[in-house]
Amino acid sequence: MQTARMFLDASGSAPMTNRTLDAFHAGLADGWADPARLHTESRRARQLVDGAREAIAEILGSRPEQTHLTHSPHVGIERVIAGVDAARRGRERIVAAAIERDAVLHAAEYISGGHLTTVAVDAAGHVDPDALLRELEVPDVSLLAVQHGNHEIGTVQRLDRVADLAAVARVPLVVDATATIGHVEAPEHWDALVANPADWGGPAGLGVVALRPQTRWLPVWPEGDDWAPGGISVPAALAAAVALQERAETLEQTSTRLAGLIDTIRARAATWPGVDVVGDPVERLPHVLTFSCLYVDGEALTTELDKEGFAVGSGSACTAGTLEPSHVLAAMGVLTHGNVRLALDRTTTEQDVERFLAVLPGAVARVRRMLGVEDL
Amino acid sequence: VSGTPEHEAVVVDARGLRCPLPVVRLAAAARTLAAGTRVDVLATDPAARYDVPAWARMRGHEMVGDEVVAAGEDDEHRVLSVRLGSQA
Repeated sequence: MQTARMFLDASGSAPMTNRTLDAFHAGLADGWADPARLHTESRRARQLVDGAREAIAEILGSRPEQTHLTHSPHVGIERVIAGVDAARRGRERIVAAAIERDAVLHAAEYISGGHLTTVAVDAAGHVDPDALLRELEVPDVSLLAVQHGNHEIGTVQRLDRVADLAAVARVPLVVDATATIGHVEAPEHWDALVANPADWGGPAGLGVVALRPQTRWLPVWPEGDDWAPGGISVPAALAAAVALQERAETLEQTSTRLAGLIDTIRARAATWPGVDVVGDPVERLPHVLTFSCLYVDGEALTTELDKEGFAVGSGSACTAGTLEPSHVLAAMGVLTHGNVRLALDRTTTEQDVERFLAVLPGAVARVRRMLGVEDL
Repeated sequence: VSGTPEHEAVVVDARGLRCPLPVVRLAAAARTLAAGTRVDVLATDPAARYDVPAWARMRGHEMVGDEVVAAGEDDEHRVLSVRLGSQA
């Protein structure tokens, strides 16, 4: 029997709505010209990009002229860290939360020439303010990177407090909001912000960086356009803006509904034997939850769930083709094997969740049986 | 304070095993051992340094050591030591 697919891995990429697809097609039909030229066709393409940028900026709470489109969120992260760091000459260290994305940690490590300091998080995933203060008190910090919310554990940081500490130390705060925009209100406290259109149901291959008027930033590349040398995809920009507007129209209803579904999964998962549920139960993204199952091979479990029709993510080493497990799970001090990472889509229903909850314990039991560990 | 002296630690050699097997071997050994016993898990899998402490926390045991040991060339491994609780 063919089972219906349920996509519960909607972080970083999510199915596109018809409205978003229509916008993409309109972008292809009307925005095919190079927006950087002087003729009418080019002007039309440019207007589409400018309109998209304005619409995105409005939802981010940023100024359109300081909202930049990049070739991916990854590129946006690299370029904003490089540019803010370049404007802070003489200060060699970058401080970042231990659970920042790999893209942030790798860029910070590279750009600072290995002078990256990570700050620990507490059991719920919040940056430890005392540890952060100790790092910021040393006057060699070029910038601070703290994410808005975490794409694995869902915890949303207390950015107001983080921003206060950064402001007192006069250190610019770079906020990775690639897991949060389109799911919760945009954060208020940042000097630079990065967002990911694919995460809110826009097309992949586009990133967004916003700067505050007072944020100092220097170009570090020779192309003239540090954000998107060679230009960006007009249809992608248009579709990203339409997708974000659509999310914004229903943000409250969707986030309330999905948060309730995650509460249900969370409560049930806590009753399963040998399951470690991770992240802040309240200050969190509405649609994200992760938990780890003792004595379970993460790859085997992901495959087993896929057979049952469920697409889920995992931070276990065995699923990533590497030996190293998710550094987020490691920093949280939680079990890294047997990890299941859920990111509900806006279309996920209560029935989908009930079916998942009915299927998961059996799938875990089957995988444990394969390892002969049922009685441990 | 009860507990086994240093030389009586039970060794679980999980070198070369990938996750979740080091924790599985540890749990299997722990099942037959008395509370207070120290178990030293030898592991080369990078996940073991996180998963052994997580297992101990979930199962009511205590982490008492985490050392990197290089017995010889190409034989670097970690020794993760757990003091078993009552396993109620």
